Amino acid sequence: MKNQTAQYLLLILAFVALPFVVDSIPFLGPTWVRILGFAMLYVLLALGLNIVIGYAGLLDMGYIGFYAIGAYLYALLASPHLNMAGLVDGVLNWPLWVIIPLAAIAAAICGVLIGAPVLKLRGDYLAIVTLGFGEIIRIFMNNLDQPVNITNGPQGISNIAPLHIDGGAWSHAAGQAPEALLSLQTSWSLFGLKVTPVISYYLFFLVVVIFAIVLSKRLEVSRIGRAWMALREDEVAAEAMGLNKRNLKLLAFAMGATFGGVSGVLFSSYQGFVSPESFTLMESIMVLAMVVLGGMGSIRGVVLGALILSVMPEVFRDLVNWIQPFVMDNVTFVSREVLRNVLDASTLRMLVFGLALILVMRYRPEGLWPSNRRRAELHDGDPEPTPAATALSTTVPASTPAFDHPAQQADKV
Amino acid sequence: MEGNFDILLQQVLNGLVLGSIYALVALGYTMVYGIIGLINFAHGEVVMVGAMVTISVLSMLAGMGFAPGILTLLLAIMVAAAVCMLMAQGMEKFAYRPLRKAPRLTPLILAIGISIALQNLAMMIWGRGYKTFPEVVETRPIEVFGATVTNVQMSIMIISVVIMLGLWLLVDKTRLGKAMRATAQNQEVAGLMGININRVISATFLIGAGLGAIAGVMRAVNYGQADAYMGLLLGLKAFSAAVLGGIGNLFGAMAGGLLLGLIESLAAGYTGHLTGGFLGANYQDIFAFAVLILVLLFRPNGLMGERQADRA
Repeated sequence: MKNQTAQYLLLILAFVALPFVVDSIPFLGPTWVRILGFAMLYVLLALGLNIVIGYAGLLDMGYIGFYAIGAYLYALLASPHLNMAGLVDGVLNWPLWVIIPLAAIAAAICGVLIGAPVLKLRGDYLAIVTLGFGEIIRIFMNNLDQPVNITNGPQGISNIAPLHIDGGAWSHAAGQAPEALLSLQTSWSLFGLKVTPVISYYLFFLVVVIFAIVLSKRLEVSRIGRAWMALREDEVAAEAMGLNKRNLKLLAFAMGATFGGVSGVLFSSYQGFVSPESFTLMESIMVLAMVVLGGMGSIRGVVLGALILSVMPEVFRDLVNWIQPFVMDNVTFVSREVLRNVLDASTLRMLVFGLALILVMRYRPEGLWPSNRRRAELHDGDPEPTPAATALSTTVPASTPAFDHPAQQADKV
Repeated sequence: MEGNFDILLQQVLNGLVLGSIYALVALGYTMVYGIIGLINFAHGEVVMVGAMVTISVLSMLAGMGFAPGILTLLLAIMVAAAVCMLMAQGMEKFAYRPLRKAPRLTPLILAIGISIALQNLAMMIWGRGYKTFPEVVETRPIEVFGATVTNVQMSIMIISVVIMLGLWLLVDKTRLGKAMRATAQNQEVAGLMGININRVISATFLIGAGLGAIAGVMRAVNYGQADAYMGLLLGLKAFSAAVLGGIGNLFGAMAGGLLLGLIESLAAGYTGHLTGGFLGANYQDIFAFAVLILVLLFRPNGLMGERQADRA
């Protein structure tokens, strides 16, 4: 046990040291620290979606909507936009300890509002309906610049304040921002190490992520978490045991949404700019891919999946930029236009996400790094994993007779 | 008042054209769902590929000196339908068939993966921009009680009605149709009666893909263009149409498609007036989702679906 604590501490220490190392490597530098910051936000999102999909088994495809709600809430309450649109006097500058809980609550309420009408539906309908809700939220953000300019439409909202703590005034006159007592936008030094703003953001996100991981873990082993998993496996049996299906599912929606809302706030302040383009269906699918790839219901897997899938596209981009001139010069049997399309970083990225979803679901539905329990569930009837048999059990294809056990049959019918 | 009536009629006609395209796509969803209970999320992408392949074949033929005409169009549609069917067959065989006994979420997530992969493959092949659909026949307006439809739109409606009739005959009168209905009711018993279930399910996917390819061409002809993104939204709307009509029910899909087309075109035409300019036509894409949600709330089995016991 003591050994495990030491391992965790070492891991955290490694993650704390990571941005300093990356920052000092010449060909990575601050750009990559920034990417690591975004990776942390994705970990947070994936952990939230994991509660909905992994624990409660509800396929939510509009998850990015909650992220959007948090992001826009912060953008509206801590930027000059509403003042410029003539809707409020003075530039709003609500304190952080108000906005973050507010975003969490707003997202949770939206989660319940979206969840309540669709809970009676079976899983696959739920996916499409939540997808519809996600799109509706985005379409509204795209169009709510008329007749009253609330979201500034497709142009988005800019000049969003960084995460900071100041005197506590909730608004100030235009151009007279109060001196911040503590802001993540300033550089400071620690034992001679220079901590730039991107690094402070990363460290702050890391703290939030660690908190979220602990929360997820506690939820997983709590009475609620076990009830969610019972519902996921067999609703009828779970209800017969006296579980309140409706409340539990709503709670899962609300909890997941809370994570989304808070990471939205962080995203908005980190980027300093929000627009509806950041909240498309593709983003929802990306977060879904992270959860699925890592292993639904497995915290370590989800964190791994989120890290891989958020860092990989950036590696891709560099790789493509590096390889493109070479290919363009030497490959002549394919037309240039097609080549340029094939070597498009964002297209390649989405293609890889799609393929990842396909391959994982087809050959390893428990994900890359599943929790022990989930692995056991999906490979029910396998021999006990002795050291020699472990390698075998991970390569058993999904279509073996091991899959035909009654619980899954009931699920299918 | 007469002017208002003209506008109404025009919107209805536009809605019917749109609706017959939705109906053809919705049939693909509903047939697959009826038989194996899977939302084939990738069906919209099949429709998109149908449209894109047709455009490519047409421009290739034009490059070889065959000017676009009815015959070249037919040839192009045949090639497109063949490509789509091959794709659907591949999907069914390598992805969905091995997962038939897996928990529900597994094939659905896999289908989403296929959809994303296909969309981006299409972007690699055809690029991100839209492709113009060449003019095959001269477009002429036809006057109907003061509203106008083009001859092209007219033929879209007529062709889709003919196709739907054909499908109905196929399902209702032929041996294959009987086998499909039996498989939809109970796979195991149908298998015991000597029906080759795998063949029947493959056939269902093939028919759905063929219809989808034709619908894709119609959509491209109607708007004069097609792009790699069109499949996703079209697919979602058609799925909403299928649910509206009662998923698993052929007539439901047809009726739901037409109804959704009407709702969309009327709503897009009139929301501006009704809300005093607060909501405009740029909210058009919301209506399909709103309809879907309302139907699922108040009549989850759709307009024509049979009441089913709660299947956990």
